[in-house]
Amino acid sequence: MAPPDTQLDPAAQPAKMPERDEAPSVMSGVAASDDAAAPHSILDDDAPRVPRSPGEIFRVFTRLSLQGFGGVLPIAQRELVERERWLTREQFVELLAVSQVLPGPNVVNLSLMFGDRAFGWRGGLAALGGMIVAPWCVVLLLTVTYAHYAQHPLVAGALRGMGAVAAGLILATGLKLVPALRRNVLGAAPAIALAALMFAGIALLRVPLPWMLAGLGGLACLAAWRRLAP
Amino acid sequence: MTPPATPVLTGADWGTVFAQYLLLSLLSIGGAIGTAPEMHRFLVEQHHWMTDEQFSASVAIAQAAPGPNLLFVAVLGWGIGGFLGMLVTMTGILLPSTTLTLAAARWGEARRSTRGVQAFVMGMAPLSVGLVVSTGFILGKPAYGNPWLVAAMALTVVVCLRTKVSPLWLIAAGGLVGAFLG
Repeated sequence: MAPPDTQLDPAAQPAKMPERDEAPSVMSGVAASDDAAAPHSILDDDAPRVPRSPGEIFRVFTRLSLQGFGGVLPIAQRELVERERWLTREQFVELLAVSQVLPGPNVVNLSLMFGDRAFGWRGGLAALGGMIVAPWCVVLLLTVTYAHYAQHPLVAGALRGMGAVAAGLILATGLKLVPALRRNVLGAAPAIALAALMFAGIALLRVPLPWMLAGLGGLACLAAWRRLAP
Repeated sequence: MTPPATPVLTGADWGTVFAQYLLLSLLSIGGAIGTAPEMHRFLVEQHHWMTDEQFSASVAIAQAAPGPNLLFVAVLGWGIGGFLGMLVTMTGILLPSTTLTLAAARWGEARRSTRGVQAFVMGMAPLSVGLVVSTGFILGKPAYGNPWLVAAMALTVVVCLRTKVSPLWLIAAGGLVGAFLG
């Protein structure tokens, strides 16, 4: 793992640490077959900071999940990329992409993989626990008390308003991730076109997700495979 | 939604519920909320363990509370059988996907510099971004009939892209707008 001081300024790295910077960032499109054996983790590529312990992971994930009204993804992006800087935006998209094609809730998968890469299964468990334990208690409390006020029109209206904002937050998160596609090996324009096609298929035409992943995803992976030719 | 009033499930019923959620876990590609229609079919239409209203309220509560959307599964579990129901449904929905994710993540991590894994990750990244935008669009559907809610949603997008205001304040503001204009 590189010493923290050399990681503070990513732009300065090529001059200082040529050897490590030849390791490819997955999103940068640089294929390198020779370091397949190098045991480097996603966490020490070019993210400026790394978590110190499973305990710290648990605390940060509890904090971010408790802020996640109507979905944790927007907060996860904010906290992990912008605040803690444990992941670059490209690494976040990479983790998210893998989370989405694996079965299970995306943010839960993302937490598990992040924790596991940092501290093995203890880290994975810490991230998963941080993500669900505290909110689970809050949800339980709400469930028990909600019944009394469910019929009240103000409460029903407030729920609708909060739902609309929650949808806007997720929409904005998606738009924030678009610039990360510029460094995709497919090229900026084709990558953004693929994202747009995915939106058309899923949101407008309501094509079942497995079809989109197999069809459009298969084509995209094939194209990436050809572009990565040594 | 007090659980004792609702159905009494037998041991065999709980086995069925657990098996159903184990299966749903493996089918929940792209997020837990995508399996909600299937859960509705199972709990409401097939077994009559809860009503339509209970089901919708359960999802709404989970959406209004902090934390992953996945917790709507816990609220549904509570609805059919209190603590036991919650444990059965949550364990069922988490166990297979968690195990598979850890295994797949380690397998991929060991090979992350290989051409195959890189091609897979980079090919899927654009789809993943498109899927997040789609989720926002679909979750916004209940708001599209009301201009105030559409405005709140649009304003949220702009504020979120331009500033670092905590989403907590935006959600609170949305609650106020919805209470009086929704």
